[in-house]
Amino acid sequence: MNIHQYEVIVVGAGGAGLMAGLYASKSAKTAIISKLYPTRSHTGTAQGGIGAALGNVEEDHPEWHTFDTVKGSDYLGDQDAIEFMCTEAVPAIYELEHMGLPFDRTPDGRIAQRPFGGHTNNVTGKPVPRACHAADRTGHMILQTLYQQCLKNNVTFFDEFQVVDLIMVDGKAAGVVAIELATGEFHVFHAKAVIFATGGHGRIWEITSNAYAFTGDGPAITMRRGLPLEDMEFFQFHPTGIYKLGILITEGVRGEGGVLINGLGERFMEKYAPKVKDLASRDVISRAIYMEIREGRGVNGQNYVYLDVRPETVNKYAALDGRKNPDGSPYTVTGEQILAKLPDIVDFCRVYLGVDPVTQPMPIQPTAHYAMGGIPTNKYGEALADEKNTVVPGLYAAGECACVSVHGANRLGTNSLLDLVVFGKYAGLRAAEYAKGADFAPLPDDPAGFARAQFERIRNADGTENAFDIAVTMKKVMFDDMGIFRSGKGMENALNVVRELKERFKHVRPTDTGSIFNMELMNIWELGNLLDLAEVTTVSALARTESRGGHSREDYPDRDDKNWLKHTMAFVDEQGRIALKYKPVVITKFEPKVRTY
Amino acid sequence: MEVTLKIFRYNPEKDKKPSYKTYKLEAVETDRVLDLLEKVKGYQDGTLSFRRSCAHGICGSDAMRINGMNRLACKTLVRDVGTRITVEPILGLRVIKDLIVDMEPFFDNYKKVMPWFINNDPPPEKERLQSPEARLRFDDTTKCILCACCTTSCPSFWGSDEYLGPAAFVNAHRFIFDDRDQAAAERLKIVNEVMGVSRCHTVFNCTLACPREIQITKAIGELKMALVTGVLS
Repeated sequence: MNIHQYEVIVVGAGGAGLMAGLYASKSAKTAIISKLYPTRSHTGTAQGGIGAALGNVEEDHPEWHTFDTVKGSDYLGDQDAIEFMCTEAVPAIYELEHMGLPFDRTPDGRIAQRPFGGHTNNVTGKPVPRACHAADRTGHMILQTLYQQCLKNNVTFFDEFQVVDLIMVDGKAAGVVAIELATGEFHVFHAKAVIFATGGHGRIWEITSNAYAFTGDGPAITMRRGLPLEDMEFFQFHPTGIYKLGILITEGVRGEGGVLINGLGERFMEKYAPKVKDLASRDVISRAIYMEIREGRGVNGQNYVYLDVRPETVNKYAALDGRKNPDGSPYTVTGEQILAKLPDIVDFCRVYLGVDPVTQPMPIQPTAHYAMGGIPTNKYGEALADEKNTVVPGLYAAGECACVSVHGANRLGTNSLLDLVVFGKYAGLRAAEYAKGADFAPLPDDPAGFARAQFERIRNADGTENAFDIAVTMKKVMFDDMGIFRSGKGMENALNVVRELKERFKHVRPTDTGSIFNMELMNIWELGNLLDLAEVTTVSALARTESRGGHSREDYPDRDDKNWLKHTMAFVDEQGRIALKYKPVVITKFEPKVRTY
Repeated sequence: MEVTLKIFRYNPEKDKKPSYKTYKLEAVETDRVLDLLEKVKGYQDGTLSFRRSCAHGICGSDAMRINGMNRLACKTLVRDVGTRITVEPILGLRVIKDLIVDMEPFFDNYKKVMPWFINNDPPPEKERLQSPEARLRFDDTTKCILCACCTTSCPSFWGSDEYLGPAAFVNAHRFIFDDRDQAAAERLKIVNEVMGVSRCHTVFNCTLACPREIQITKAIGELKMALVTGVLS
């Protein structure tokens, strides 16, 4: 058995994990373990920007950012944590710049900002440029910059080691178990503090913007160790994914003036969000697209609408909206400017659609994008054991796998990058501080036993079922019945299908019997994670008899603050039974109001 | 349409030497080569091993030689390469299993050029100012995703994996031409060493291979020019 000892272990090397590792390693012996090379992490695919009220282009305030985030969350976000994040946003962006991040610049050399959905001037209600960007590869630049800083500071990495279990001793985190992909060997990482930063689980759904790696490893692992998952019913469908492929087309396209057009050539968002139109928040726009399609107004009768960023379209609607440049002149764009501001979007459309967005509209449909729910934490990244907010000593989570909750029922664009920078940092600081005052708990007799048993079961199954078939069936039913619109009947069906698939999953066996890079074995284990999380998601959703943010029920179309202004906490016992408990939302300044855009 | 995939296979736990296996499957012209590999793995041969993650050309995991060209499998469509497709690992790095190669020498070279921002002045309260023109100066080389398509297409790298290679030069360029950075001279010294830019013979393989369309040969040319003139312009 390979046993390593570090004071702090970070699991995952995306934005949150790198930020946590960078900060923890300043004062504690730290290692970052990742199943991917760090620069392969999904943070790199974030496009449009990171939100902070710098006010570089127009007047803006962290208080406005806070309110917009609360409203965007459909009042389910915890307001103390949201205020903390939006206030920390400003120094966090300057810190990234000081680390060398190549933000785009304003003419006077400051960080450039663009409008994004749901971010508004709280006085006029109009969109405000708050998204700090580096072309349409902001996430790429954040990931690269943080990795570079980790190299500069000699942070220790275990690349292509996949964490498969959390070691708990007397209710405290004591390390993790990982498989080294190159050898197939188990490694035990003995630690005082463990930070999960493993990202999302969008691979549950058929059409998704998420990477293959997004299989919910962190939440699945902590759930198996008896810890709760918060608000799993809230999963965001981004309005603009490339038709059929789900590849993300940034909201920045609409920030630059792009509009959504239905099969009749109408700019339909005027009906659904008269004030901010195409820059309403994501849940609102995804539902609008779905309704247009359902009422027969998709393009050519198909399941898609157009996202149009051709200069003539942008300029026409900017003039109708009276959009102005900071100097007061009318807002206009040229084809070259579109190409300069959105080079990757132009490239994706050319490669995957054979469409040039400067001269043709893009066919898009909503795509499964972001987990608002996850491992419950407080605003310092400390993981929580129950609905009373009891802290799990030594365990932390940050980024998409965590639920602070700053996104509530619906996340605003640009707030995920902000979330991982701010809470990654605080999780790292807190974990290191905790480690300084704690001893290594003695490891249990067979620390890798629980993980080894899971893999033995998979290797020794009877092989009568095919993993690919099970995955396809799960993705389809989850997209159809657990997607943008939900109903009791549909969700019951999804739950039955997922439970049936979990039974069939027990018969899946890899044909690859080797040890070296046995990706088939790892992918089967990951499918098990997705199935477990799909079940928790569906059970959580069925219980919530209201519509709020990303959870939209046709049989309960209204928000119900009297009964449902609360967070779901789902617990799974050793027999796999799911129990739901609830905890109140933290409300400080903003009483829930009707949410319109 | 039916597609024939001829795939390089090597399992160090079973095979004495590599071989090619052929798979036939149904596809449409907009399928990515990565989609085909996934289908082969899902239904025909689960032992087929390769790296992949984002599946749309950003994470850089799935660099492969497809019909002889270094490409990302997720950014190469059937309509780009036809219905007879040969898939092999990228060259110049040790094959570990099937399409998976040992990336360590590649990342070691990357780390040698000090690919991190260096400015030892105390930072201002807000951002360091930078003009849009100065930002544009190194824009192209900020696009690098470290997929290794460029470096493993370079004959000089095939000759020796000690050669820093195009990807390392691209990342050196990204900092050398950033006017906020203060370590250009040190990095230029590194790229001027024996295994540095002098071994670039301007064959343009790297530029052709880059899935991000970075003008790599031009960037290397700018490094060479800076070494000759001592001027960063």
